[in-house]
Amino acid sequence: MKDSPSTRRFPLLAIYAGLVFAFIYLPIVVLILYSFNRDGVGGFPPQHLTLDWYRQLFADRSIWDSVLNSLIVAGGAVALSLTLGLLAALALDRASFPGKSLFRRLVLLPLILPGIITGLSLLMFAVIAGLQLSLFTVFLGHGTALMSVATTELFAGLQKNDRAMEEASLDLGATPWQTFWRITLPNLKLSLIAAGLLTFTLSMDEIAVTFFLIGRDNTLPLEIWGRLRRGITPEINAVSTLIFAVSVVLIIVWYRIRMRAGTEAQQLIETP
Amino acid sequence: MYSRAYKAIVSAPPLLWVALFLLLPYALMFAHSFWRVQDGVLVHHWNLSNYQKLQANPLYAEVLFRTMRIAGSVMLCSLLLGYPLAYYLSFHSGPRKELLYQLVIVPLWVSYLVRGYAWKTILGSEGVLNGFLRYAHITHEPVSFLLYSPFAVVLMLTHIYTPFVFLPIYASLEHIPRPLVEASQDLGASPASTFFRVILPLSMPGLLAGATFAFVLALGDFLAPLLVGGSSGTMIANIVQTLFGATYDWPLGAAISVCILLMTLSLLFLTERLEKRWSFK
Amino acid sequence: MSSAVIPQATSTDANAPLLEVRTIAKRFGSREVLKNISLNIASGEFLTLLGESGSGKTTLLRLIAGFEQPTSGEVWMSGERLDTLPPYKRRVNTVFQNYALFPHLRVRDNVAYGLRVRGTLKNEIQGRVDNALSMVKMSEFADAQPSRLSGGQQQRVALARALVNRPQLLLLDEPLSALDANLRKQMQSELKALQRELGITFLFVTHDQEEAMALSDRIALLKDGGLEQVASPREIYAHPATAYTAQFIGQTNLLRGEIRRNIATCGVLRWPVEEADDAVLFSLRPETIRLSPDGKRQINEVKFRATVRQQIYGGASELLEVDCGAGQLLRVRLPGCGPLSGEHDFVFSMADAIRVTD
Repeated sequence: MKDSPSTRRFPLLAIYAGLVFAFIYLPIVVLILYSFNRDGVGGFPPQHLTLDWYRQLFADRSIWDSVLNSLIVAGGAVALSLTLGLLAALALDRASFPGKSLFRRLVLLPLILPGIITGLSLLMFAVIAGLQLSLFTVFLGHGTALMSVATTELFAGLQKNDRAMEEASLDLGATPWQTFWRITLPNLKLSLIAAGLLTFTLSMDEIAVTFFLIGRDNTLPLEIWGRLRRGITPEINAVSTLIFAVSVVLIIVWYRIRMRAGTEAQQLIETP
Repeated sequence: MYSRAYKAIVSAPPLLWVALFLLLPYALMFAHSFWRVQDGVLVHHWNLSNYQKLQANPLYAEVLFRTMRIAGSVMLCSLLLGYPLAYYLSFHSGPRKELLYQLVIVPLWVSYLVRGYAWKTILGSEGVLNGFLRYAHITHEPVSFLLYSPFAVVLMLTHIYTPFVFLPIYASLEHIPRPLVEASQDLGASPASTFFRVILPLSMPGLLAGATFAFVLALGDFLAPLLVGGSSGTMIANIVQTLFGATYDWPLGAAISVCILLMTLSLLFLTERLEKRWSFK
Repeated sequence: MSSAVIPQATSTDANAPLLEVRTIAKRFGSREVLKNISLNIASGEFLTLLGESGSGKTTLLRLIAGFEQPTSGEVWMSGERLDTLPPYKRRVNTVFQNYALFPHLRVRDNVAYGLRVRGTLKNEIQGRVDNALSMVKMSEFADAQPSRLSGGQQQRVALARALVNRPQLLLLDEPLSALDANLRKQMQSELKALQRELGITFLFVTHDQEEAMALSDRIALLKDGGLEQVASPREIYAHPATAYTAQFIGQTNLLRGEIRRNIATCGVLRWPVEEADDAVLFSLRPETIRLSPDGKRQINEVKFRATVRQQIYGGASELLEVDCGAGQLLRVRLPGCGPLSGEHDFVFSMADAIRVTD
């Protein structure tokens, strides 16, 4: 399928697209730039480039404590949401039961609802259940909210799977349990990794739901948020730049994996 | 092919989890909206007073309408930015398509907070933009309406949601078989005519999905107003947030949340119906 | 190949050709897809571009439609330059391989599309659309959604949609390849009848040589981006210019040998020819060989003895594979001969051994 080289014919469109790109990236570029600015955020142009803010950042204990907290929560949330997501995807793909469509909508609801609603609902639940607000409640919140994401990704991965492979496995004498471990799961490997990366990143960045479920220990976004209320320092620029850098790496990895998952499935189908 | 035991094992855990951690909490929120606070204590006394309060006090309606205006602006602006970008990428970007696509999704993964903070530093009176304007001798005084205004909220949220809007539109556009575009041109329609007669109608499902997404999420956003909205940019979710915080009135907050929830659900329902009507094949 | 003699389009009157392809070449990156193609199409003609996948036939079609630009060369139609015009300005319409019907429009609106775009008046549109639909026998489906139609029905709608615009040239990109065998045969005869009735020039692309022979006034055989031969079906079958043509269209036996002192020798076969000494390649169609039960041969015939190795029954005729000795195998097509085995005498007319280039 070839696209005709029509960029020539529509220069206005290309320029407009370029402007949109600029709009999307400009704030980030500014952010990164000013993380090196000695005179702090604001004013123009940035002079006196320095790494001082980064040095300050690396000496800042509470930031790194919150990073650790975020990692712990994210790790748990990924495990939980992948497990639940895998089961939910399997259920949606293969089982039929009363209330299935209600289930499907419920599972996907946290994706589309504003985070505050999910966060508050879980808060009320925590109170009724007598749970202390802590990293544990945050972990529960993330797991629940991110289950939607995992389910969507894994469901798509299941759809790409050739049903015939599982049938072949059963035909050759393997039990459904064995088929699951030997055939289904390995074929989902790439989808699982992709879903894991996605949920990890989303958990690390989560604010809205976390806002209402946080106890004494802060996650990274909440820690930054707290400081923002007190004032702006370029140290925040520095940590933001680092977050940006890590995000970029993660998304490139995620994208490559997803593409590989697509082409591998493609190759399997196309090999005569 | 799958035994009942298999299906049961697979369905039970997520079903239970969803019932316990989604259905129950949402139901709790619903219930809370019918209770009230008496002398600083939550009382499980069923009544409609919260809803009556919402109706009686014009403040709530005012903030709600402002929120809807902001959400509508965000939706519109994101569409105006995201659709042409998606169209350009899908039909006119040639060999660079993959790379450009990756470039568009990267910001999606960058922290919401990071992006919001970036705007805060840009728009302030002492911010980067004002600094630039003064440096270039375009202005002498700092322009103040940029920050702490509904304008700033719309700007920030548009920035956040444009890539979100881009995604489903791009997917929709990619699904349009290229022979259809050729057929249209073959029959005498210019590229512009082809766009309005063939491409736009067939991309409606993606457009609807993206627009709904942007509107609904902007509607319930409470972080952007706190960062860049100031007092004139307060949105309905901020009121809910304070009711759950400093102003201890969970039932009232729950009532507002239920309203937001119902609005969201009906919008989603409407969009789903429209999408079904407008998706062909 | 491209230096083979290309007969000009024959037309009943002395009109200039409708379409002129002048030394068109097309390159994709480093790949040469079309090499120096020159071809004329007469008005009212049914010309088929025949070839394997990769032969360049579809590229040439798309070039004429306007979806590709030639790397060099020009295309002219009715005395005016065509290749510089965008597709929506050409008086050319295409029937696409997978029909490309607009899913969001009803059949009626699909057919009316070209007319609407050009601002034709409403009542005129109505009449022409109804006319076009009845021409392809799809009138009762006017208000249906394309997704509900079968492949054959969609194909007819695609045809109507193209024809309603009264193009000077209709391009058909393997339109029948997605249909099953019976439907295909039926559509072939309908297409041919339609073309005859309307008198519109058809440029048809296919890889199916039987289809090409059934439908065309002339066939242009493409190989690796070059024109192998352009001739009427009868001409191209009876007098293939090259071995490739002889094998691609119909079946043949390729006899390789040499001519020495006016005797052609190919394996065990020998017969007199009036040609200079040379290495030689002949094409001999299986149906031109017949059994000689009494072992006799005519003056201008060649006789040989061979053993039947294989026999494939085909209803009206049977295809035999015979061994002439020393590993020389020939294929012979005989009308209902019943099961044969063992050694037999065969004869063929010398004139049926057509000399071809490699």
